[in-house]
Amino acid sequence: MKSLAELQAIKEKMQNKVALREGSGEMRVVVGMATCGIAAGARPVLSTFVEEVAAADLTGKVTVSQTGCIGICQFEPVVEIFEADKEKVTYVKMTPEKAKRVVEEHIKGGKVVAEYTFASENA
Amino acid sequence: MIRSHVLICGGTGCTSSGSLKIQDEFVKALEANGLTDEVKIVMTGCFGLCALGPVVIIHPEGTFYSRVTPEDVSEIVSEHLLKGRVVERLVYADTGEEEAEALANVSLNDTAFYKTQQRVVLRNCGVIDPEDINEYIAMDGYQALGKVLTEMTPDEVIQVVLDSGLRGRGGGGFPTGRKWALTAPNKAPQKYVVCNADEGDPGAFMDRSVLEGDPHCIIEAMAIAGYAIGATQGYVYVRAEYPIAVKRLQIAIDQARELGLLGKDIFGSGFDFDLDIRLGAGAFVCGEETALMTSIEGNRGEPRPRPPYPAVKGLYGCPTVENNVETFANIPQIILKGADWFASMGTEKSKGTKVFALGGKIEHTGLVEIPMGTTVRDIVYEIGGGIPGGKQFKAAQTGGPSGGCIPARLIDTPVDYDNLTAIGCMMGSGGLIVMDEDTCMVDMAKFFLEFTVDESCGKCTPCRIGTKRLLEMLNQIVSGNGTLELIDEMEKLCYYIKDNALCGLGQTAPNPVLSTLNFFRDEYIAHVVDKKCPAGVCKSLTSYVVVADKCKGCTACARVCPVGAISGKVKEPHVIDQSKCIKCGACMEKCKFGAIVKE
Repeated sequence: MKSLAELQAIKEKMQNKVALREGSGEMRVVVGMATCGIAAGARPVLSTFVEEVAAADLTGKVTVSQTGCIGICQFEPVVEIFEADKEKVTYVKMTPEKAKRVVEEHIKGGKVVAEYTFASENA
Repeated sequence: MIRSHVLICGGTGCTSSGSLKIQDEFVKALEANGLTDEVKIVMTGCFGLCALGPVVIIHPEGTFYSRVTPEDVSEIVSEHLLKGRVVERLVYADTGEEEAEALANVSLNDTAFYKTQQRVVLRNCGVIDPEDINEYIAMDGYQALGKVLTEMTPDEVIQVVLDSGLRGRGGGGFPTGRKWALTAPNKAPQKYVVCNADEGDPGAFMDRSVLEGDPHCIIEAMAIAGYAIGATQGYVYVRAEYPIAVKRLQIAIDQARELGLLGKDIFGSGFDFDLDIRLGAGAFVCGEETALMTSIEGNRGEPRPRPPYPAVKGLYGCPTVENNVETFANIPQIILKGADWFASMGTEKSKGTKVFALGGKIEHTGLVEIPMGTTVRDIVYEIGGGIPGGKQFKAAQTGGPSGGCIPARLIDTPVDYDNLTAIGCMMGSGGLIVMDEDTCMVDMAKFFLEFTVDESCGKCTPCRIGTKRLLEMLNQIVSGNGTLELIDEMEKLCYYIKDNALCGLGQTAPNPVLSTLNFFRDEYIAHVVDKKCPAGVCKSLTSYVVVADKCKGCTACARVCPVGAISGKVKEPHVIDQSKCIKCGACMEKCKFGAIVKE
């Protein structure tokens, strides 16, 4: 180790990998992964979120996690996004493509993708 | 792409309760469910809650599973990791409240065991993989060393440690900064930094946990100490009985060398430092600093008189700084966060936190780190979960064989160096053994004396012969042959040993006796005058008898007695033949009518 910069480089590279354990992401993306969710294709949705969040270098801020059946099985795959002091957003009938857009517009851009939400589906 | 981390405790406690098997099961179950690429398994150091081991934590949810068995693993994988459903029956969620709702959302930091803790020394234990230097670096590892080497002079480093108020965590409580300041100015061609990891107090295991869970922080701290005092070589003296700690420390040293964090010209600063492990063979006296150095030199581990102090003439006759593992573990944090941050924790003269190994009659056996000044009551009842079976707290023993006890009436004593010394106790390395009403204090003193008699190195007479005579006197008392005069004589001998022994081991060996005499003299008197052991522990002074009124003559006791000491006809009261009875207590346990009592 010849310089602090070298140490810093390792630190930055590793930080995303351990950030998962801090558990205090500002934003929580929860994918419904009960039998109904898995059957409807929740797994690729989950992995898309994990990959896209990592690709955007947001692992420290956004926690991607999973949960059981939310109770609206006909709308699976269901994804909920929690953010402190904001109302929960529920996305329904998700696909990997939709997930990419949610990461791009909602998670990065802060703008809810209204057309995918439970509210619009139910309207 | 990894989306979840499974942290499995690989500390000594959980390893012996089977965490390696659990790791195997996780590997298999993840494979079976096709999750190998999504979930990472990390073996970590100790989480502290050893009583509930093996412990598994799953992130990002932070779910804390306790007492996990290999059979539970496939359920955890298929439910939690695949379907996102927390396996509630395995979750530890003792928040002190009734039936916590939605167990999955209970953060570990809100549980009774963790909420009052403040983890500085143990901050990485149970969080990082101790065998991967990169994870340590991700947690600000080696930043302090970098800062010291590129921005600070050795004197500035010493000043920060001085200002922090950090005192030696091995038991003595000598200010660490002062020790460094005394060593730095001494000119010599070679100086040394030594880490004392010869943790010998029965019941203390914080040093082991740090070495197992966060070995790099010790390496970093020793290099910082080396820079501060002008040493280029360090030794970690660790007991061979700690195989996991030794292995992980060696891996850590190798990794640090590979990255050039040990060796020549670290951070291009021109500073060289290297580190080696020396294994201790388990002699208690080798935890004493001069004996430890003698042992590193390859001689029989015996202490030598001080002065000269190691600061002047230590290892191989060169100026040496020796600090305990826990002391070192504080250093990188102090450098990074500053002396004021550290000094803001704790009491006036005892700064920072202290790690205690909780043991004895307590619900949550394990490792806890608390700010100095926390009361014994908080440690025992808040963090420790109280005493099993609703028994009464009688005393807490600290400082191991060199320490004393804190009786129930002093349970609100804030724990720091000076308060403990004031009541004839000592901080020691941090073993805290809780005793309830069933503990005999004379027997407890005898236990520790047996230990010191065994471990006395024999170099000086007061310790070699004095402790032996002391133990003989205690044996007389517990066997019912004591007198009041004997107690006085014993007390005199205690002070004689204290004043005349060569090293810390001998000087503190009588402490368990003196402290119990001070707080529980009535128990000693009961043993010698009434010939009774109030707690019913000392076998020669207790007898089991049948209460004739209550005995139904069921013969259960006679059948369970291993020596045939109980006789009597069916449906008639039985009798115990005291000459045959070995006082095993089996009959009392067996009797359904409470007809057998201890006297």
